[in-house]
Amino acid sequence: MENNNKELEARMAATIGVEVGPQRSWDPVNLPMICHWCQAMGDDNPMYTNLEYAEQSDQGSIIAPPTMIQALTMKGVTETPAPGSVSRTEEQPYVLDMLDEAGYVSVVAVNCDQEYFSHVKPGDDISHIMTIESISELKHTALGEGYFVTELWTFINQDNEKVAEMRFRLLKFKTPQQAQRPGSAGSQSNKPKAPQRPRPGLNRDNAFFWKGLKQGKLLIQRCTSCQTLRHPPSPMCPSCQSLDKDVVEASGKGVVHSFVNLHHPALPAFDDPNPIALVELEEGTRLVAGLINIEPEDVRIGMPVKAEITQCDDELTLALFSPVTE
Amino acid sequence: MAAGSLSGQAAIVGIGATEFSKNSGRSEMTLAVECVTSALEDAGIHPSEVDGLVTFTLDNNPEIEIFREIGGEELKFFSRIHYVGGAACATVQQAAMAVASGVCEVVVCYRAMNERSEYRFGAGMQDTQAQADFETAHYGWYIPHGLVTPASWVAICAQRYMYETGATTEDFGRVAVAARQFASTNPNAWFYEQPITLDDHQNSRWICGPLRLLDCCQESDGGVALVITSAERAKKLNHKPALIKGAAQGACDDPQMMTHFYRQDITRLSEVGLVAKQLYRQAGLTPDDIQTAVIYDHFTPFVLPQLEEFGFCDKGTAKDFIRDGQITMGGRLPINTHGGQIGEAYIHGMNGIAEAVRQVRGSAVNQVDQVNNVLVSAGTGVPTSGLILGQ
Repeated sequence: MENNNKELEARMAATIGVEVGPQRSWDPVNLPMICHWCQAMGDDNPMYTNLEYAEQSDQGSIIAPPTMIQALTMKGVTETPAPGSVSRTEEQPYVLDMLDEAGYVSVVAVNCDQEYFSHVKPGDDISHIMTIESISELKHTALGEGYFVTELWTFINQDNEKVAEMRFRLLKFKTPQQAQRPGSAGSQSNKPKAPQRPRPGLNRDNAFFWKGLKQGKLLIQRCTSCQTLRHPPSPMCPSCQSLDKDVVEASGKGVVHSFVNLHHPALPAFDDPNPIALVELEEGTRLVAGLINIEPEDVRIGMPVKAEITQCDDELTLALFSPVTE
Repeated sequence: MAAGSLSGQAAIVGIGATEFSKNSGRSEMTLAVECVTSALEDAGIHPSEVDGLVTFTLDNNPEIEIFREIGGEELKFFSRIHYVGGAACATVQQAAMAVASGVCEVVVCYRAMNERSEYRFGAGMQDTQAQADFETAHYGWYIPHGLVTPASWVAICAQRYMYETGATTEDFGRVAVAARQFASTNPNAWFYEQPITLDDHQNSRWICGPLRLLDCCQESDGGVALVITSAERAKKLNHKPALIKGAAQGACDDPQMMTHFYRQDITRLSEVGLVAKQLYRQAGLTPDDIQTAVIYDHFTPFVLPQLEEFGFCDKGTAKDFIRDGQITMGGRLPINTHGGQIGEAYIHGMNGIAEAVRQVRGSAVNQVDQVNNVLVSAGTGVPTSGLILGQ
């Protein structure tokens, strides 16, 4: 495949691993900032704000919420770094600037992973060093072509101890040229459509199931010759080879026979991670269904669940399952 | 060997491959004709003698075009096998049957693709349009919930397997570590000189819990071809022949395409058991007669039940077999000595058959001592196939 970016890619590759910084924080970690943060986030963990509680804990004092780490060294709105920061020099060109110059002017944040090594407490003085950890090959994405860039931010305290790391991944890309539609402004609603789940393919053998869901019913196909229930549905009964069939409405009660927590691909219509179960219904058939009202790490095999018939968008209604709490 | 048996009547006499990469820089058809002619050259058979061609339904390179380009004269047999990687060993079965029945003299099996640079095989059904045909509609039971990739379908069974057997994600990781160890000494492997540790596996990102990135095989560009002819003719050719002692397909126990979620015991790969039964019966062999194996490793969790279905260990004990190092060099059954599809390349099992031929010839880079018989499996979680090749 043609790649006309060899020179650009070589220049970008030279920036990998170059340390930039430290970028300092404006103030030492302090209780008012922590309180602001907790109020904004709705986090009432007493380790962050309740002095008495925290003093009696094994930490012996207040700790800052770990996820606050990025805010501590953030530049202000004027892009001015905090006093004492060491700025990027000409010998440390920024890969995102290179991509801008090469026409990859659009940017989207892909994901951000933080890892914490020790607690940050009031009085700590936090700085960070930034390096470019990796740059992908040229990718062709649904947004356009571009490069994934992973930045590694290493947060250190006043004793030069690493307290946290953050990997921040961006896609710098060019949008396809089709974007200009002169004269159409205002004529149509440009409201973006909500991302939709992939659709099932309907045919004569399965349409009843999807129609049933739209009517609020979870249906199971039944052989009218031998009464065996079956899912997925099929024209012929695998037990007695009869073509005669009807349906029964499931109670919706079942147990998790197995499950996954889907991380990749993170599709926009779904939570990330997305817990999905193979549910065994009390009638004996199994079906695959997304789980709702549960944290992915809490899903267990054998867990009782019940169907929640859910209209996902204008066209699609699904039986999702929710844990039975008793 | 039973009278009229397929066993021992045909042999793999030539193997050919392109380089394995992430971007071949040329068309799939180019890869196909390169690997086919290279396999024929390895065998010492002129391309004009090819009278049969077999590939996967998934392959984009028509038999007749390859035949035309290599200068074929009379093509008498062309056949394609369905169910993605489950087709791999069945291509050789078709070839062996064509040769054994006298329909063909020289059959070439091939698979050539740019599944990394031109399309992403692992992307699954995320962009699939709703359609009424059976196979697309079938995925309608999964994709609206986000279960869109092969990794996610395998993960459903893997989670239950862990629950029932006590296997852990570390046991899956040991399969990947073993494969990458073999790949690290194979110059043709994509991951040549890049072994991994169990920590690397455990620290790799989640794809679909319980599967991590390093549980998943690669996506690769490349092509592999195999030349099959009669055992009689094989004696007069370039290399020690790899006799086809057993060749079988299997589908059973409520078979599904990647989603056998409705069989009583979803931790079993029952179709692999059916293949195993046929292979041992055809070859007159038992698991004890197999010195090394190529166990299909698109996803590590399915390596464990395969070891059980083929009788190398009892049900639920593959984790112990693996923890004891039995799948590594010096163990009871070194597997995937080329590095597998995790370490060498993912050519849908065809590169594994080529490795089995090298083990029989005694020319593998990670050669196992005194190989008489090699077992090869094909794609799992789908209707599948297998081979026993030997001296």
